[in-house]
Amino acid sequence: MAVELDTATRFAEYAHPERLVSGEWLEAHLGTPGLVVVESDEDVLLYETGHITDAVKIDWHTDLNDPVERDYINGSGFAKLVGSKGITRDTTVVIYGDKNNWWAAYALWVFSLFGHKDVRLLDGGRAKWEAEGRTYTTDRESAPTVDYPVVERNDAPIRAYKDDVIAHLGNPLIDVRSPEEYSGERTTAPAYPEEGTLRAGHIPTAQSVPWAKAVAEDGGFKPLDALNTIYRTEAGLKDGDSVIAYCRIGERSSHTWFVLTHLLGFEGVRNYDGSWTEWGSAVRVPIVKGAQPGALPVR
Amino acid sequence: MTYQLPFALQQTKDDFRALELHDRLQLLLEFSNELPKLPPRYAEHPGLFERVEECQSPVFIVVEVDVDKVVHVFATAPREAPTTRGFASILAQGLGGLTVDEILAVPDDYPSDLGLTEAVSPLRIRGMTGMLARVKRQVREKSAA
Repeated sequence: MAVELDTATRFAEYAHPERLVSGEWLEAHLGTPGLVVVESDEDVLLYETGHITDAVKIDWHTDLNDPVERDYINGSGFAKLVGSKGITRDTTVVIYGDKNNWWAAYALWVFSLFGHKDVRLLDGGRAKWEAEGRTYTTDRESAPTVDYPVVERNDAPIRAYKDDVIAHLGNPLIDVRSPEEYSGERTTAPAYPEEGTLRAGHIPTAQSVPWAKAVAEDGGFKPLDALNTIYRTEAGLKDGDSVIAYCRIGERSSHTWFVLTHLLGFEGVRNYDGSWTEWGSAVRVPIVKGAQPGALPVR
Repeated sequence: MTYQLPFALQQTKDDFRALELHDRLQLLLEFSNELPKLPPRYAEHPGLFERVEECQSPVFIVVEVDVDKVVHVFATAPREAPTTRGFASILAQGLGGLTVDEILAVPDDYPSDLGLTEAVSPLRIRGMTGMLARVKRQVREKSAA
């Protein structure tokens, strides 16, 4: 049984308000049977410094990525992971984290690859929770181990591989990296580690919409109006468009995937998680440098 | 003669390696909480610090070499970045008080050797490798004069 929805009026205008909860709702529902709160951060130690009561920790790197191949864990790996966190197939999962839910959105997207039905974000993540004066505990993680069925990932609806992107050229692409990465001045986000990408620039015709444009000052999502201006008016997305978002390793673009899919209601949005670390090192793929989207290559 | 790590660095490595994976994170958190406060001359002049670009969160490092060629390492990183603080603390505590030659002899891959790679991921360890490289570079520059 899914836990009741947050009917906060400020979420009602979004396409899928059931994907968000407020700090107020979460605080009132902590301890509700069928609810598991998951923290997912960029900093692997942040959870240990203090986390929401009874929250469990899932780390994007050490838990969700396959340790050998560049891919996500498989169905049995996921079943084992989330089962050990007290999550069943019917659990309502609420994810939150640092950096405006950057990594929380990534975890939510990975849960979606496995078709987990009821997975929501805490609007504003850690920053808003703290700003609202809500508390943390440093209790060590404890969750009952439960059975989660082995369900294989279904990548196709929401995940794009490199060949999918090549086939997609001519349809809208959203590059969510910083302007410097988009133009090709650099291959990493300012102040982020170099991940060994060989070429700099962007995929031809991609619109530059840095992911954090969707975030309000308090760390929550901007209202629908503002999001429509950014993605429809400025980036030119139209209903019915097939859209692929990408960044450097697919995490910032999961945030944009969430905005386009669950807040604006676009269908069939895919996240290209290979992103620039793959495209920028691949042989014979087209690249455009500079601040303009550029034209489609003629082959 | 085989190379022997300086005492504090060796002890940190032994301490981490003696622990289970989860406890290694707890020890890193202890280091994070122990990152020494900056002396007032730096606390008021953040412009004297060098930012470590390899790290995901902002961390700043400055090195002093005194007349006896003894090195002092100061670092600062925000509370919301405990992993980065922990890395800085391991290096500030392990390298501070060593001589120029001792620091330059520390293997560049010391961070990968702490037994933390599996606990925090190779990508994150790279931030600490970058920090060590910057300390060494500053030591070289400041001891050349």
